[in-house]
Amino acid sequence: MPAIAIRAFTATTALGRGNAAQAQALRERRGGLRRNDFGATPLPTWIGRVDGVEDAPLPSALSRWECRNNRLAWLALQQDGVQATLDALVGKYGADRIALVVGTSTSSIGASEEAYARAEAGDDGVRRFPDDLARPIVHTPHSLGDFLQHATGLRGPCITVATACSSSAKVFAQAARMIEAGLVDAALVGGVDTLCGSVLFGFNALGLVSTERCRPFDATRDGLSLGEAGGFAVLERAAPGETGLQLRGYGESSDAHHMSAPHPEGLGATLAMRGALARAGIEAAEVGYLNLHGTSTPANDSVEARAVDGLFPASLHASSTKGWTGHTLGAAGIVESVVALLALETGLLPGILDSAVRDPACGPQIRFDNADADIRYAMNNSFGFGGNNCSLVFGKVAA
Amino acid sequence: MSTGTAANALSATVAGIGFWADGLPDWAAARAFAIDGTRPESAPSRPSPQLLAPNERRRAPGSVAVALDVAQAACRDADIAPETLPSVFASTHGDLGITDYMCDTLATDPTAISPTKFHNSVHNAAAGYWTIGTGCTEATTAISAYDATFAQGLIEAMMQLATGTPAVLLVAYDTASTGLLGTVTHSEGLLGAALVLTRDGAGPRLSATLRDGTDLDLPGPLGIHAQANAMAQMLPLFDALASGGARAVLRAGPHRSLSVAIDGARADAHP
Repeated sequence: MPAIAIRAFTATTALGRGNAAQAQALRERRGGLRRNDFGATPLPTWIGRVDGVEDAPLPSALSRWECRNNRLAWLALQQDGVQATLDALVGKYGADRIALVVGTSTSSIGASEEAYARAEAGDDGVRRFPDDLARPIVHTPHSLGDFLQHATGLRGPCITVATACSSSAKVFAQAARMIEAGLVDAALVGGVDTLCGSVLFGFNALGLVSTERCRPFDATRDGLSLGEAGGFAVLERAAPGETGLQLRGYGESSDAHHMSAPHPEGLGATLAMRGALARAGIEAAEVGYLNLHGTSTPANDSVEARAVDGLFPASLHASSTKGWTGHTLGAAGIVESVVALLALETGLLPGILDSAVRDPACGPQIRFDNADADIRYAMNNSFGFGGNNCSLVFGKVAA
Repeated sequence: MSTGTAANALSATVAGIGFWADGLPDWAAARAFAIDGTRPESAPSRPSPQLLAPNERRRAPGSVAVALDVAQAACRDADIAPETLPSVFASTHGDLGITDYMCDTLATDPTAISPTKFHNSVHNAAAGYWTIGTGCTEATTAISAYDATFAQGLIEAMMQLATGTPAVLLVAYDTASTGLLGTVTHSEGLLGAALVLTRDGAGPRLSATLRDGTDLDLPGPLGIHAQANAMAQMLPLFDALASGGARAVLRAGPHRSLSVAIDGARADAHP
């Protein structure tokens, strides 16, 4: 595929707002997880909660989209020059020629949950949503895309991708197709997911939530820690010979195996990684850093470790950063793409937080300690329910 | 203003069609109804996707049942093996009954959430069951764009064709709203349709253009029949395909529409 320039990128997670907060916490190995304090009856687990969302209402012109998820989208949008970069591209191409493709798993279902909890019967005896939540747009998956379309003024194709935990990796692939085909000249991609009862109690029902901080690729790991996050990247067709950060390849696949368990041999994961390398036109040995899906569930990590060992040489530095942020679900794709882009930009290759005993399935690629290296290519893996997989390859062209 | 430079990228050939609406349980029934108002003497109350084992078929959420039923019918119509096709699943709301269940259970007894209902609550549940049922390891996606969901799904399918995929499956569906959620989100009945779209080959040729403005044509017979379902937004195209129409206009966003020109209706469109 033709190279696509990354004009701006950003993430806001439990580590803080913007890229500097992410990079500093990764370098200092300071995690963002806390004991679960979310909701009326918190389960005994640890979460990656973004501070201050409760105190950051949307501007009044956007109050129709008011909810925790869109607040986090708005906070993330204000960081790292994303809005200014978009403004410049609108000036260059026009708002019609810029796509908006964003991923989420549960969008603003937290608002629907709250509406059920606060519902009251009216004079006619019929139970209804409270007036402040009787806004149809926040009770549907496209709440996120629709909010961002109005918040940014972009007028190109606007889509919310919701393929569970691969959502905001797949947005890069969908936007890349639109740029390659000439439908648009640039795109705002990203993803936002916020903590809510559905995911906390849902993953708990599946027995996938740890009562401790998650420990990806540790032999004694017993589940994930949930988190929330928002992040974005601004993509534009790269000019020939241009230097800087680029999206170089994507690979998408299906496990064709099970709704909530990975393929035991990592078939879909391998197909996605191979597809991304092939589209980038590079060998596995050229990749300097791979951010793994690495959820810390017993099933995912051993399958993913074996798939990585089957494809990459021992020289690869691969890690999961979910020990820092928690599993941010539909936002994991963008958050961990940002980690890969920071690795290209700063040379910081994060290890794994809180893990101590290597799972026997880990090949030499899985690294618990941080490292520093000047690398040319970095990858990100994101896998979701339904066996939905996406791998991305980012590159750095030096001046 | 139309995006002229991209007009050639927004095209596809319709190689196969699948359809389900309450009372019109397949594409042949929908076509007959669109042409002369004929209704089948009897129609099943619920799709019965043969892809699932009989016990799974009964338990499958409505969204999954209708999506799998129309997807399989479109592949059969196109005579293309399902496992060879990447797919795009487009639904405005996902499964509204499951959303109501999740929110209601969380408000009353959160630890009682059913693990199966939870993994069926993801927007890509139908996509997951489809790839598992057909043994398909190709890419699949699940999208929403509110009342522009079908147009954006069609655009994504066309983008896949424009960037090297020879054929792609597009599936669109919505379910009935229920419970408290139904007091703000309105959708009735079960509605689904699927298209196998190819880069070239025999069949009606679709060429689409994004335009400013949101004016739609008056709804056709299918559009009126299933107007209360959230996926009625796709029916201008299916009315045109059924009756040999030359154009369909779809909502493509708050300010925009997708104008689809249809060239060379299939010979079997006029029984």
